[in-house]
Amino acid sequence: MTTPTPAQGSSPVLELRHASKTFGAVVALSDGTVEILPGEIHALVGENGAGKSTLIKILAGVHRPDSGDFRLDGQPVAFSSPADSKAAGISVIYQEPTLFPDLTVAENIFIGRQPRGRGGLISRSAMRAEATKLFATLGVPIDPERIAAGLSIADQQIIEIAKAISLDARVLIMDEPTAALSGIEVERLFGVARSLRDRGAGILFISHRFDEVFGLSDRITVMRDGAFIATHQTGAVTVDAIVREMVGRDISALFPKEDAVIGDPVLSVRGLARTGIFSGISFDVRAGEIVGLAGLVGAGRTEVARAIFGIDRYDAGTVEVNGARLRPHDPQSAIAAGIGLVPEDRRKQGLVMELSVTRNATLTLRNTLARFGLIRAARERALGEDWSRRLQVKTGSPDLPVSTLSGGNQQKIVLAKWLATDPRILIVDEPTRGIDIGTKAEVHRLISDLAGRGIAVLMISSELPEVLGMADRILVMREGRLTATIPRADATAERVMFAATETLECTP
Amino acid sequence: MTTIHTHTPARSATTPLSRFLRSREIPVASALVVLVVVTATINPLFLTPQSVKDLLLNATIVIILAIGQALVIITRNVDLSVGSILGLVAFGTGTLFAVYPGIPIILVFLIGMAFGAVLGAVNGLLVTIAKVPALVITLGTLYIYRGLNNAWAGGTQYFAGDRPREFSNLSTDTVFGFPLITLLAIAVVIGVAVVLAYTRAGRDLYAIGSDPEAARLFGIPVARRVLGAFVASGILAGLAAVLYASRFNAVGATTGTGLELDVVAAAVVGGVAIFGGNGTVVGAAIGALLLTTITSALTALRVDKFWQQAIVGVLIIAAISVDRLVSLNRARKLRVSEARNV
Repeated sequence: MTTPTPAQGSSPVLELRHASKTFGAVVALSDGTVEILPGEIHALVGENGAGKSTLIKILAGVHRPDSGDFRLDGQPVAFSSPADSKAAGISVIYQEPTLFPDLTVAENIFIGRQPRGRGGLISRSAMRAEATKLFATLGVPIDPERIAAGLSIADQQIIEIAKAISLDARVLIMDEPTAALSGIEVERLFGVARSLRDRGAGILFISHRFDEVFGLSDRITVMRDGAFIATHQTGAVTVDAIVREMVGRDISALFPKEDAVIGDPVLSVRGLARTGIFSGISFDVRAGEIVGLAGLVGAGRTEVARAIFGIDRYDAGTVEVNGARLRPHDPQSAIAAGIGLVPEDRRKQGLVMELSVTRNATLTLRNTLARFGLIRAARERALGEDWSRRLQVKTGSPDLPVSTLSGGNQQKIVLAKWLATDPRILIVDEPTRGIDIGTKAEVHRLISDLAGRGIAVLMISSELPEVLGMADRILVMREGRLTATIPRADATAERVMFAATETLECTP
Repeated sequence: MTTIHTHTPARSATTPLSRFLRSREIPVASALVVLVVVTATINPLFLTPQSVKDLLLNATIVIILAIGQALVIITRNVDLSVGSILGLVAFGTGTLFAVYPGIPIILVFLIGMAFGAVLGAVNGLLVTIAKVPALVITLGTLYIYRGLNNAWAGGTQYFAGDRPREFSNLSTDTVFGFPLITLLAIAVVIGVAVVLAYTRAGRDLYAIGSDPEAARLFGIPVARRVLGAFVASGILAGLAAVLYASRFNAVGATTGTGLELDVVAAAVVGGVAIFGGNGTVVGAAIGALLLTTITSALTALRVDKFWQQAIVGVLIIAAISVDRLVSLNRARKLRVSEARNV
């Protein structure tokens, strides 16, 4: 085990040592230690709840540490607000993009420091020109004059990056920047990160994808249970060693899909279409089968799931469950037919962040819990605790709001919410996005277990190993169309990527 | 691996003309034009210089209040106490002239606005420090300020005769046919519009209303800006109150009661999104003018008083419905354009 020692010749631009932070009874961080050198890319890894996000929020000035030593250029600092941190040259890209939906893209990049022209007034043309220049550098066709509402998560992430670049930050911190990005977008982001590093910026990024961590970083810091474990030179360490440090034990199998008896089609989708989004979508999901829906971000996978579940309207086609047609645009009838949906964006769509862990876990069961229209608190609590235990949710108390949990634990609650309804069909959208390796295996085991019990599972995932390991059959979407159906036996990463990326014109 | 992202250079889909046509003020401005044309066709007396002047004078005070209200609503707050602030400051104005008959008029304006600023600051501090929704805080101060007004005024009323003639003339004098105080209101609209559109502080207000949590994470001084919006609303209510004392005969314990609802209605009808982040003071001002015009127009058309209020209500709901439809439509278009962009 090594301790962080400054590389010869350069002193750290940012140092945090032995920082602690508690929220009520929950110790989010007991020993937060990290050191960033100028001109290095530093990866921060650890399981969910290891305290990575808390550490970042301390660096960002969102939280004040209860104790610890925080230095910039060797000088002690105490940030009392995010503005202080930003003024000191620290730029943070959060896991969930934080854009202002009503403002234009250009304004989102420059808010608070818009270029000013005559009379100290904002010059919109200068702002537009600078934004256009930024997007040209990044190679993305985003109209700086459009409002931010309705942008895909990938585009929002790119705008956050453009913002950080234009700030010319000395320290750039990215909390899982790639979780929502597809391969090409990730490459583009890494190109930007490398060029920032070469200009002398220090970069800290959190990721759960080891290929990224090892491909991009110069050093790796591992955290576990709110505490610093070790910092390594990337070249001098292996994935296995890092994983062992993260979990404190060896992980056997990551994607443990077990063979299940595959029955009759439960979900049948025929000719589903929505103008401008997707068209001609037809497929079946059988009982006990896991069908993977692969493709690039923006291929329309989430939109198909939302249409099946009845959240969005569709213009043509049918959705049948066990031969009975579902009413379009009616999630209640989808739920009644036994469909559960674990959405991609858990903060906005999967959870009521202010409600307690118990309430969230039992939200879908309100009707069965109620007697004479009133919900019985004791049963609600018992059920919530049961699910928290079965999914090993880490929480201070089941009465705490869900917003206090880490990302992985939040995802477990979303799963619990739907598993508690005993669904016949479960649609899971990016089930392990932003989830650490230990919890990931638990989620995979859970999904596999469900299929084993005869539930039909439709799993949307951008992570190839996950799709290849879990799915009995892989459907690939590109630009709103199904381009391939690949059975498990024939599935390779190359085949899936080819179907996801080749252009229609090139198809022989 | 083949690359499918063949990026076209960013092309702007928004021309100045299309942006103007899609702006949120267009529906309310069109409604105003239609209303004036229809009413004038049926009753030509509606457009005589005297009645236009009366119309503008009546609208002026609501316009100024609506500007302040728009500032607050844009930050996803609301100021329900403006009617009470106006009452307090208007009575204060009457008292000033009664106690110091020779006081310079400009000083009265400054004192009135400073008084309004203090009352607005109380609102703003309570909202930002106590972190209680503005709806509740300003509902409370609505009663508190009105109570203070009652205690202070009791049965006392000050009349126009107690005030210098030059002061009352402010609201009868005209420049090129426009009442002086209406021109003042227009100047305020333009000034605040420029601040909102072209200063960093102004843009911050939109950011805060659009997503308060993101604004905090981004380092925007949320509390200071929200406090600023409430103080501005107080100052403008103070200004409106002094003008009220100039325009109307009597000021007393009940002056301005119920005005806050007209003001919120004017802002909403004028396209200021009730959940913040969107809208302009020009829209709010047009909204105020529209509501005043409707009342006059319906009177000119001899429509029953009851129906006048019902029609204002329908208008508010229509404004919000149109706004909702437009934004749904816009969301769909953005989605489709994005799908083509992939």
